[in-house]
Order: sequence, then structure tokens, then C-alpha cells
Amino acid sequence: MAHAVDETLATDIEAYLTRHERKTMLRFITCGSVDDGKSTLIGRLLYDSKLVFEDHLASLEADSKKVGTQGGDLDFALLVDGLAAEREQGITIDVAYRFFSTDGRKFVVADTPGHEQYTRNMVTGASTASLAVILVDARKGVLTQTRRHSFLVSLLGIRHIVLAVNKLDLVGFSQSVFEGIEADYRAFAAEIGLHDIAAIPLSALRGDNVTTPSANTPWYGGPTLIEHLETVPVDEASGADAFRMPVQWVNRPDLDFRGVSGQIAGGSVRPGDPVKVLPAGRSSTVARLVTADGDLDEAVQGQSVTVTLADDVDVSRGDVLAAAAAAPSVADQFEAHVVWMSDHEMLPGRPYLLKLGTRTVGATLAQPKYKVNVNTLEHVAAKVLTLNEIGVCNVNLDRPVPFDPYRDNREMGGFILIDRFTNATVAAGLLHFALRRSDNVHWQAIEVHKGAHAELKGQRPCVIWFTGLSGAGKSTIANIVERKLHERGRHTYLLDGDNVRHGLSRDLGFTDADRVENIRRVAEVAGLMVDAGLIVLASFISPFRAERQLARDRVEDGEFVEVYVDTPLAVAEARDPKGLYGKARRGELVNFTGIDSPYEEPEDPEVHVDAARLSAEEAADRVIEHLRRSGVIG
Amino acid sequence: MRTLTHLEHLEAESIHILREAVAESDRPVMLYSVGKDSSVMLHLAMKAFYPSKPPFPLLHVDTTWKFRAMYEFRDRTAHDLGVDLLVHQNPECVERGINPFSHGSAVHTDMWKTEGLKQALDLYGFDTAFGGARRDEERSRAKERVFSIRSPQHRWDPKQQRPELWNLYNVRHNQGETLRVFPLSNWTELDVWLYIHREQIPIVPLYFAAARPVVERDGTLIMVDDDRMPLAPGEVPERRSVRFRTLGCYPLTGAIDSEADTLTGIIQEMLLTTSSERQGRIIDHDSSGSMEKKKVEGYF
Repeated sequence: MAHAVDETLATDIEAYLTRHERKTMLRFITCGSVDDGKSTLIGRLLYDSKLVFEDHLASLEADSKKVGTQGGDLDFALLVDGLAAEREQGITIDVAYRFFSTDGRKFVVADTPGHEQYTRNMVTGASTASLAVILVDARKGVLTQTRRHSFLVSLLGIRHIVLAVNKLDLVGFSQSVFEGIEADYRAFAAEIGLHDIAAIPLSALRGDNVTTPSANTPWYGGPTLIEHLETVPVDEASGADAFRMPVQWVNRPDLDFRGVSGQIAGGSVRPGDPVKVLPAGRSSTVARLVTADGDLDEAVQGQSVTVTLADDVDVSRGDVLAAAAAAPSVADQFEAHVVWMSDHEMLPGRPYLLKLGTRTVGATLAQPKYKVNVNTLEHVAAKVLTLNEIGVCNVNLDRPVPFDPYRDNREMGGFILIDRFTNATVAAGLLHFALRRSDNVHWQAIEVHKGAHAELKGQRPCVIWFTGLSGAGKSTIANIVERKLHERGRHTYLLDGDNVRHGLSRDLGFTDADRVENIRRVAEVAGLMVDAGLIVLASFISPFRAERQLARDRVEDGEFVEVYVDTPLAVAEARDPKGLYGKARRGELVNFTGIDSPYEEPEDPEVHVDAARLSAEEAADRVIEHLRRSGVIG
Repeated sequence: MRTLTHLEHLEAESIHILREAVAESDRPVMLYSVGKDSSVMLHLAMKAFYPSKPPFPLLHVDTTWKFRAMYEFRDRTAHDLGVDLLVHQNPECVERGINPFSHGSAVHTDMWKTEGLKQALDLYGFDTAFGGARRDEERSRAKERVFSIRSPQHRWDPKQQRPELWNLYNVRHNQGETLRVFPLSNWTELDVWLYIHREQIPIVPLYFAAARPVVERDGTLIMVDDDRMPLAPGEVPERRSVRFRTLGCYPLTGAIDSEADTLTGIIQEMLLTTSSERQGRIIDHDSSGSMEKKKVEGYF
């Protein structure tokens, strides 16, 4: 609970409730480390807003005596600092949300710890905030971490900054110290595009200028922190923004009603407004704005509504309803900032899922153009992104999506990336602009199409993909299968490590990133050969599910046959036909699958051969049998 | 352009969460505990899908030890709103007669609620369950996600929580995993009361003061709601004007002395008092960090 008690509460409850029901809301983030007094400041805000309960207060008093750092005085940091307990309980230390309110406003504070996983947590907390309180220790001034916090805040599109110069009591409430820090900060902030800055001299510990003006800073004429938070404008959007509504759900209770439900992500809308449905681009007019409390004359950004259209146009989840006169662009290739949030590094070329608004599509990232050193803001060359790294990359989607640049509209330009197999959220991204290529690359109209190629050869083309450990017997089996197909008059081609690694992928090594790129190339070549009407046999360790999925997605349904050549590691290692396991065990080969690099077993392969029990000939027969049953061969 | 009030913001956000979960899950269900937070959550669901009915049933994980007034309110609400209501009682508890008096509050809560909830989710195959928990209720909840993933054994792994950015929720989960979704995450107790007032949402009469038979035990006022309550020798229930700040199983829920019998009256009283909401619930007092522990085990 979080509320400030005032007199009208006791005397005129109705007036009190009316006033509180009209409050606005501000979401902000606090940035700084424990040493800057961040927890103390938040604890103080909660305490001074009278929102600390009696029983919480009792435990605060007890804890302050027991483990407090203030000599038995109330240690406000303990109100919010669950960190010790969190460590004991093994909980991820990340974003916590705190709530308090004053007469004029409700506040949601995103509180992120200052050390571990800093980038990931701060970006998460900043994504929903419209103001940032950046704490600086008056004794230390603007530090590297101050710059880092400010860069992340600016990247995430927060425009209002409070520079909280804390611990001013420890420098004798010196005006010149305060003004020196403010000047330093403003000079730096202007470079990264932050202009709306309110600098406030504070002592969070003693309460100076937090909720009440301090007698110790007579030279300061500005608002207290709370006064500033209560009066700063909350509308990030202006009335000039164009209407946007990502469609969440099609509302169809009966044959007479068909509405589309969503939360308005930009601008406002009225009945009669012309709108477009994107990405398809169909036009219609808003008929009604339906809510359970009756139809609305107007709905604005942030509201959740159900819209009915005048025409019976096709609309489904993932589409965007937008002002017809100012519709967003539609594209499938972008440049974006990507913030990596997973322990598993970002691999260029690996297929991920991308969620933007209410639309989820397949996506791959190109090799980063650069990554940003968040401490120096320097651009650094990078092949991959690892946990907490921020880079700029091109993003390729498997379908076009409507979008606005992130700086214009957070909800139309912010996305998350999801791992296709673990379903974890692995990254956040901010779209900047569509790549020109997206508009200019047109498929060459091909007159002799895929079906014609296949028809001439009298066969059904497909990819037969052999996966398994090194030494599992993939190539041996693939060779026999190809021979048998050849004997039946089928047109085939066998791709394997030997003929690919020496040419097509000569420039690649065996890091995870290079393995992904190698398989991407092979999948692409296999796909082209299928277009040419061939039956392609591909024999690659291909250790990652995601890349095998990519190869599968490259061709049509039914054209991909995954053959899992299942040989236990011990058996493959005992065979060791090329002596590679020996080298890997001796440390002469690194990133060797099964030794120091993982193999992800297929979950549902078309053919699973137990290669430890079957001979290569028998295994090949299993594959042929599958091809016959599925109609690839007669 | 006009600025939304904080209640309008919260309402719109909750509706967004409800729709997002429904659009992307196979079998959603709403956990309905009959308390005021459930009333608000249900009210939001009625709005989110209007003019359709919410496309999911309500599930009450019952302990047979709720106040009688709660059962009456539950059945009337489901009937009046025209929504499906499922009631699950852990059959093992029914058979063994698990109750808070002879088995203690910890066993009672674990068996009826934690185990009962898991059973019900498995029984019906629900993959997404809405709950009315709020981040301001308790310290361990401040970090809880809006969409929280649970293992096929319903366990919460604090290390596997997904970052949640903007209003983008990752609803994807593997076979057997389930999601707990909390549409009221960013509401405070005051917000809930203000919204009930603004929307005139019906709540269980027990929240309002009335003369009720109570006994005082260890400083807690327990209402004698039916004759299953064993009285100590010489213990005589007295009629006092009391109300409840939070509702649960009647033997485990403390009443407070109060004369507030109107909505504005109880809001006023709540604002003028300063003891926190869950204090009336005996479950939290079992051991320190007990909520955290229960969550890991699968309690909502």
C-alpha cells in the first residue's frame, strides 16, 4: 500500500476519493549503485510518503538495530534492500517494482541493482519508464557508471532526467560542488541527446530536498525531488502522433458483431476516421469504439478498446490498425540496436522469433556492424554479441511487418527476440530504419519454375539431412543411400563437409558462430538444388537444432527428411576414423562436438537410425524405406 | 490529447495482459478466490472481452473452510455474470478431513491450496492461469514477472525468469510448462479500493462491518462461522462489530473491530490505519520467508 495521509481523508472522504481517482501516473527508474544511496533514497520516498505500514516499520526498526549501517537509526535502505536475502535464496537479482503515491500522482519505480547483470536489468526497467533519476555521489562527481546509466537511458528513449546529487551533507552542502557536477553532467548529456535535465541537491539519508525543502541549501531555489516528480509532464506522446493500434484479438461473440481489440500505441482515434490495416494495406473506416461502459467518441494512446470497421475487411492478430493518412512503413529488413540478454551468445544467421507489437515472425541477425562499449561509448568490432552487450545489426525477417522507428514510437519500434527451442527471451531490440534493399530487391520472375525442373527429371525433389556426431557414420550411410537412388535413376547430389569446407565455407572455422554460418550456407545451397529439381543428401554434424530448423524452413513442407544417425559418443570415439577425438581429448582441437561443444539431439526426426546396432547398409535401407512410404520414390 | 488517470492506465494495462494471454495460449483459466482482488480481476476480464464473455472458465480451488458468505457470493457472481465456474476440492483432503484445527495451518494450506491447485491444472490441462497477486503485497513479489513460467511440476525457478520489456510479453512455453499471469501486478491495495469505488464492483459482505460471533485467540479475532469450529473449555463466542481486511479460510483469517459498513467507510478506515494487508493472514506468520518458499513449491 502506498498513500499519503492528509486531513480531508478524515473529514471529507468523498472529496478525497474523487481527487485520488483523478491522479495521473508516472513510471520512473532509479540509476546508481548501492554506494550512491539509491536504496536509501527509495526507502526515504516510501517512508516520507507515509506508505510504510506499522508492521513493516516494526521490522525496519528491529533490522536497523541488528544489521543497519546507521548506528541504530532507521536505515531506509533496509526497506527495499532484499539483496542479502535474495542471494541466500538463490533468486536472480533483477528489477523490482515499488509503488507510492502522493495527492497528485501514482508512481511506479523500477529499481535495478547497480552491479550484476546491469545492462540487462537497466534496459528492462527503462523500457517502461518515462523519467530517470540518476544518482551521483557529491564526493565523486560524474563517473564512468554515470555515463553508462545515461547512455542506456538515452538509448531507451527516456527524455526526462533528474540528476540527483546525493550525499551533499558530506561535502558541507557546498553550492560550488553541486554546480560543478551539474555543469559536468550537462556537457556530457548534451552529447548523447539528453536535454531535459533537472539537477537537485539531496541528502537521501537526512531527507534534504527529498520531500521537504532543505534549510541547508538556501542557495537552491528549485523544487524538491517529490515536487519535481509530481509536476513533470507525463505525456511522452503529443497530439500530433498518428493513430496506431496493434491488433491483439478478434472479438466475435456472434455473427452480427466483429470487432478488433487492442491497446492504442499512438495518437487517437474517432468514429469516421479512415484507417489502414497493415501490412496488407487494406483501407476502411472506424465505425464504433466499443467498450463495456458504452461506445466512445474518442480513444487515445494507452487505452484498451475494441474497434469495429465499416467494411468487412480481413483483420487478424498481429495486424496494425493505423491512420490512413500517416500509415507506418512495412519492411522485412532493418537496422537495429540489439541488447543481448542471454547466457548463450547471439549467433549471426541463427533463426530466432521476433515479437514486435502483437506480431511474431521468424528473424535472423547479420554479423554486428559494431558493438558499443557502454563505458566509453566507443564502437568496437564484433562477430557475435554476448550477455549484456549492445550492438548494431541488420535484422532480416521472414515476413514484412509494419513498424515505426523506435525514437518515434516505442511500441511500434521495440522488439524482443525469443529462442525457438528454449522459448527464452534472449534479446531486446530497437528498430531504427528499414534498409533500402528491402524495397529494391525484387525476385527475378522465373519462367522455368521449380515444378518444371522436377517434372523434367520425373522426380520429387527433397533434402535428406543426415545429422549426428563426428564418426557416427553419416557419410557412409549417405553414400549408400545416394548409390541406391542413383541405381533407381534419381538425380541426386551429396553435400558433405569435405566438398563444402574446402570451397563454399573455406573462410569459416569451428566456433559456434562459424558453424551456424556454415549450415546456413549449406541449407541455402541445398534449397537452391531442390528448386533445381534434385534430391539433395546433406551430411553434416549440424549440432544445433536451430540451424537444422533453418534448413527445414528453407524448403517446403514434406521436402525435408531429417535422418538422425544415432551413435553413442563412446562408440563414435572408439571408431575415431579421422583421429579427431584423440586430438580433441589432447586439447589439440577445440570446439569439438561431443567433447567441448554440445550436440543437440533431434526431437522428432523423420528417420532415427540406431547406428550402433545397424550396419550402414541396413541404416540406408531404413532411409530408402522412409522415402518410399512418403512418396519421394515409387 | 487528454491524459489518462492512473486508474485508466492500470485498467488498460490489465486488459492488455488478459487479451495477450488469451490470444496466445491454448487453455487459459482464471483463478478465482472470491476476494476483492478476484472481484476486480473478473470485472476487468468482463471488460477486456466485451461484448464476448471471457473465453475461459473461473476456477475456485476450494478448501471447504471458506466463510459461508464467500460460497454464496461466488455462486451468485458466476450466475449473474454468466461465466463458467469450476470448483476443485483436493479429494485426498476430503477423504482425510484435512482441517486447520487438527493439521495446522501449514499442512492445511499446502494440501488444500498448493496441491489442490496443481491437481486442478493437471486435471483440466490448463496451460495458462490468471492470478490476482499484486507486487505491493509482499517483498518477494516485487520482482515477480507479469507472465511467470512454471515447470511441468509447477515449480517456480527464480533463475529462469524472463526479462519483460515494454508491453511485450513472451507467452511461449514448452510442452508441459504452464504460465501464471498476474494482470494486477502494478496495482496497490489503494488502487484496488479506488477502482472498486469508481466501478461499483460487488464484493463479499464480509468486508463490511456487522455484528458477528467471534472468539479471541492469541490476539486474533476468529469468527465462528459454523459448528465445525472447536471451542476451548469456557470459550464463548461474543458478538462484536467486526469486518475482514482480507478473506481466506475462516479459522485462519483474523477480523478487526470496526464500525465501517459502507465502501467509503472502509476505504477511509483502511487509509487511516497503518498495518499491512497480509498481516491478518496466518499463513505468512508460519516462518520467515514463508511466502517465498510456498511460491517455489507452486502456491499461487
